[in-house]
Amino acid sequence: MTTRFDPVAATCPAPLAENERVLLGHGSGGQLMAELLADLTPRLGAGTLEDAAIVATGSPEIVMSTDGFVVTPRFFPGGDIGSLAVHGTVNDLAMRGAAPVALSLAYIVEEGLPLEELRRVTASVAEAARDCDVRVVTGDTKVVGRGAADGLFVTTTGIGVRLPGAHVAAANGRPGDAVLLSGPIGLHGITILSTREGLGFESALASDSRPLHRLTTAMITAGGRGVHTLRDPTRGGLAGALNELAAASGVGVELDEPAIPVPGQVAAACDLLGLDPLHVANEGCLVAFVDPAGAEAVLAAMRALPEGVAAVRIGTVVAGPPGRVTTRTLVGSRRVVDMLVGEQLPRIC
Amino acid sequence: MRYLDEYRDPVLARRLVREIRAAATRPWSIMEVCGGQTHTIVRQGIDELIPVRMVHGPGCPVCVTPLAIIDRALAIAARPEVIFTSFGDMLRVPGSGADLLSAKARGADVRVVYSPLDAVGLARTNPDRQVVFFAVGFETTAPANAMAVLRAAEEHLGNFSVLVSQVLVPPAMAAIMEVAAVDAFLAAGHVCAVMGWTEYEPLAARYRVPIVVTGFEPLDLLEGILMAVRQLQEGRFEVENQYARAVRRTGNTHAQEAVRRVFRVSDQTWRGIGEIPASGLVLAPEFARHDATLRFGVGDLGADEHPACIAGEILRGTRTPLDCPAYGDACTPRRPLGAPMVSAEGTCAAFHNAGRTRQERP
Repeated sequence: MTTRFDPVAATCPAPLAENERVLLGHGSGGQLMAELLADLTPRLGAGTLEDAAIVATGSPEIVMSTDGFVVTPRFFPGGDIGSLAVHGTVNDLAMRGAAPVALSLAYIVEEGLPLEELRRVTASVAEAARDCDVRVVTGDTKVVGRGAADGLFVTTTGIGVRLPGAHVAAANGRPGDAVLLSGPIGLHGITILSTREGLGFESALASDSRPLHRLTTAMITAGGRGVHTLRDPTRGGLAGALNELAAASGVGVELDEPAIPVPGQVAAACDLLGLDPLHVANEGCLVAFVDPAGAEAVLAAMRALPEGVAAVRIGTVVAGPPGRVTTRTLVGSRRVVDMLVGEQLPRIC
Repeated sequence: MRYLDEYRDPVLARRLVREIRAAATRPWSIMEVCGGQTHTIVRQGIDELIPVRMVHGPGCPVCVTPLAIIDRALAIAARPEVIFTSFGDMLRVPGSGADLLSAKARGADVRVVYSPLDAVGLARTNPDRQVVFFAVGFETTAPANAMAVLRAAEEHLGNFSVLVSQVLVPPAMAAIMEVAAVDAFLAAGHVCAVMGWTEYEPLAARYRVPIVVTGFEPLDLLEGILMAVRQLQEGRFEVENQYARAVRRTGNTHAQEAVRRVFRVSDQTWRGIGEIPASGLVLAPEFARHDATLRFGVGDLGADEHPACIAGEILRGTRTPLDCPAYGDACTPRRPLGAPMVSAEGTCAAFHNAGRTRQERP
């Protein structure tokens, strides 16, 4: 059979009907998840999405946050589902300028989970809470039949008290703000991926899971109301967090990509798998928009703490286009840094 | 990452840009065949800085996999006894009615693997299940896919089979040379790492086009472009190797031998382009028991495509994503109409992910 192209006979698949089922990508922290939340949250009368909410009960202001943890494997280099649950909720409170006070802890346990594992996770929760100077004050345990859950799911709700002088919100970014990052990116996501898939990177890698409330306290002490926005870039990575903040503040962000610290092992794994480090999850770093007048003082305060020792300025907030994050490329042109679409899927070649 | 940092040096990169600008006296058009190269070019904005028109070729195996084969994959994956395994980026490619991720959400046992040998391992540890691997790709993936079939045959794993959609680059390049106004080509370094470049020598001579075997890092591409421009300026039509650290003229003969044992060359349909003679691989008859199409009787499964976008012209390099009325509007990575918008390697997705819009056309 001979081939002669017919230039006008270009064909394409028909568009997919909108899928009315939840996909894994709906939990990825990317565009699919943003669409899902845009569908669900108005049904609750919720406004701007934040890591934690300020509850108007007078003074001091109470801050509240809740989070579910379903990580596989439950134990990984650098942490486990228990310590991660504590750090995740403490960090969500910290991103609103709050000092954590108390946590609730709810377990959904699958029938057949070894009791020893439940004890280990609980001990890890207790140790992480002690380290964060926060108490677990209430809890709940449910057991479901085999197959109804994957071993163990953990939900934590936290309350905190907003620091005096804190004025942090996703919508507070202003043109001219310095974009600060507290440390290297990609460690948690690549560690989990490598452990889960047996890729062999985990020997030299560990999750960055750790509490950030001391860091945010130091930043607010140094920068006061000049610390405009704080976000810990978990699912969806740094790109997701910056896109969310840019959209909420109605500003643009210009990044200096070479300034973003990507550990060699993370860069190698991302290169091998065709992933972008900017899309990989973190559990122990934060990104902030800070008034340029106070940015150096805030950076110095960050670098004085172990969790901020590698803090750097990675870019600038600009007037627009609103919601657009761009970076200067190697050869000197600019490109847009978008959110992840669905799940991160390793490339074929 | 020291060995990669040197290929991402911004000072060297900008110097190469200046050299390309100085060397090119005409607006030459150069096609990069491989989607990985498209990705780097667009991500770094290389094409915006040089006086050369970069034409993006059909080099994404995900994009050119025929719709009928995706539909076969969906039909096989839906069977309860099947564990369907694939590289990650095939999961989002739409078939006639769904993609493999949606099939997974509906209960199909679809798993991402990082090597076809992992799929063989699954067949070994799940003797009561049928394990199918989606063997997709260019010459780059063919050796590992061949090794998986050989391993399964050696171990007499009757529950392992492959759904094959392997395509070959040189015949597609020849087909493009027949129709597209492209002055020079960058050949895909990883394809040549396996196959060498002897197949490209007759093409360069016959069509009078320079071909430069090129790597994937920003400096590789800039250097490959510069070498192609210099050939064009000097009126030479040779195959040159920019990617000497990974490619020799005869390629990897062990890998070629594995491919020759397991596969036979056949005519192949390329999505968006049509059938190209001798441009694909199918399993050799002695490995028929590992052929998923035969095992599950899905060979007759056709698929109706209807014209909705200009993917074919984009894959052939005759038009760019910014020429497509659906681009960025009816067609986005979130809701792809065409395969080039699905894969990270796809030209449309590369443009979209770099924030290129139709309004930005010069």
